[in-house]
Amino acid sequence: MDLSSISPTLLVASIMVSATPILLAAIGEMVVEKSGVLNLGVEGMMITGAVVGFAVAVETGSPSMGFVVAALASALLSIVFGVLTQLLLSNQVATGLGLTLAGLGLSALIGKPYEGMRSPTLPRIDIPGLSDIPFFGRVLFGHDPMVYFGLGLVLAVWAFLKFTRAGLILRATGESHDSAHALGYKVVRIRLAAIFFGGACAGLGGAYLSLVRVPQWTEGMTAGAGWIALAIVVFASWRAGRVLIGAYLFGGVTVLQLNLQAAGVQVPVALLSASPYLVTILVLVIISARGQHGAPASLGRPFHASN
Amino acid sequence: MYRRTLLASAAALAMAAPAYAQDEPVTAGFIYVGPVGDGGWTYEHDQARLAVEEHFGDQVETIYQENVPEGADAERAITQMALSGADIIFTTSFGYMDPTIAVAEKFPDVKFEHATGYKTAENVAIYSSRFYEGRAVLGTIAGAMTETNQVGYIGSFPIPEVIRGINSAYIHAKKVNPDVEFNVVWAYTWFDPAKEADAARALIENGNDVILQHTDSTAPHSAAEEAGDVVTFGQASDMSEYAPFPRVSSIIDNWAPYYIDRVQAVIDGTWESTDTWGGIDSGMVGIGEITDAVPEEVRAQATEVMESIESGEYHPFTGPLNKQDGSVWLEEGETASDEDLLGMDFYVEGMTGEIPN
Repeated sequence: MDLSSISPTLLVASIMVSATPILLAAIGEMVVEKSGVLNLGVEGMMITGAVVGFAVAVETGSPSMGFVVAALASALLSIVFGVLTQLLLSNQVATGLGLTLAGLGLSALIGKPYEGMRSPTLPRIDIPGLSDIPFFGRVLFGHDPMVYFGLGLVLAVWAFLKFTRAGLILRATGESHDSAHALGYKVVRIRLAAIFFGGACAGLGGAYLSLVRVPQWTEGMTAGAGWIALAIVVFASWRAGRVLIGAYLFGGVTVLQLNLQAAGVQVPVALLSASPYLVTILVLVIISARGQHGAPASLGRPFHASN
Repeated sequence: MYRRTLLASAAALAMAAPAYAQDEPVTAGFIYVGPVGDGGWTYEHDQARLAVEEHFGDQVETIYQENVPEGADAERAITQMALSGADIIFTTSFGYMDPTIAVAEKFPDVKFEHATGYKTAENVAIYSSRFYEGRAVLGTIAGAMTETNQVGYIGSFPIPEVIRGINSAYIHAKKVNPDVEFNVVWAYTWFDPAKEADAARALIENGNDVILQHTDSTAPHSAAEEAGDVVTFGQASDMSEYAPFPRVSSIIDNWAPYYIDRVQAVIDGTWESTDTWGGIDSGMVGIGEITDAVPEEVRAQATEVMESIESGEYHPFTGPLNKQDGSVWLEEGETASDEDLLGMDFYVEGMTGEIPN
């Protein structure tokens, strides 16, 4: 066993990069679920973000523009889900799954001309002095802006839900939409806003895949990342801080096991790959055994003012 | 009872008048493990499907389903395709082996063709390419191109097909560079660009400057390009969009002649369960252009290996070869039997690491 060829600096840096797409998608989905809506279309929104971000970055030459448009495109797609489930009261699970299928098909269609192309990628921020500090320099100051944006977003969502009145209203809507409605809050409008936010986050996560992490467009490239994001929300029992832990755990296990293999260490690969899911199930069992699972009480239930 | 007799006589009529059957187009179905736009394995199968359509015109209809997971869901997908009237179904991934056999039992009149497996039945034929012949050529280039003497290999699943490729590449890399070491990373997926890119990065960060892959996307090429000085090879498809560097050559699968042959056999009614294993000589395995990034003499070496395999004078697994544990596998001058190759579950001597099971 020779671990010396693994550089801890590069390892941690890789984990941060690999966790960013699922972190962005998961934090968005958490806000959606906090408002009481279950959107299973994360995968579809992510891949739409991936293809739109890539296409825009190729056409304009600006990866930042790619990210912005990707967020808008996925948010727009999520609004379709919002209108169907919130205004037309369609079943959230079925509509969410439909959104995933639609997103996968749509992205394949949009992406056809972009296969095999290259896009400009986001450069890493290099702060002279700071980035040169051993270990911490590369880990803390040597990333592309989206890594910091993801971390900042987690902090912002946490603060928003915990300290602001708007956050309180959002949570109230998710816990009991009837009470929120009785108090005069616009349940549907609040939920649409949350869905829009979730879509934008998923789009950013997808664009991060196609513009930074891979970086290229290949059909079906999210390969289940959206489902992992959904699992992370459950794993995190709907708390922002734990979403961060979950994303780093899921991203970390993948990168770590690949690095261990590359260094020639014998690892039970199949078991390690499955471990985040096993941990999620374990967490679910533990929180349900404690009787308080942290899921918003109105999660997935349709709301109409007439009820 | 009446209805059954009617059906039976209708069937007899159809049998007696084969000319009638030919008016109906034959439907050829394809089950794909990835999306047709993966730029690799599935892409090439789909190109061959399109070639079938073009060759037969109105005589043949093709249908396909992409992104079919290996395992239980594959059985459902294949069943559905058989129910929808396909006359011949190509299942194009190793993991479809048992589902294909299971569905074939229920549909004795439908012909099945399973790629890269080893189980056959009366209505199940198998076919594969001798990719290891191509890997011998790529291994030669890899061994000569590495400066760190560390060659990374992204494996998908530890199945004979993949292990054969690793061994073949290693043997030939070692021939031109006795100090070469292979580091294998198992991705446990055929297609996951993000994971493939991560695997490539992990290998690069651990000092590998040549990456071979047995996964289907072009993501490792992107990672190599980003690193700047890492060599890669196209897998299944030419992946020429990354040429001349990092992609310096490739293995190309060419399924079209085989598919056309087999569909023709169904039309003619001469289809039989067969076991086809084509190599460089049959054109099933192609070697993509070796680019100028490879020095002249290495190119000549690689071409020589390719030509000697093509002419049949050289077998990539020729003794003396020992297994990893040091026991003798092939004596001096002995070549590996197909049976040995099909069930290969060991590394050859000199390989480090263990094959997960």
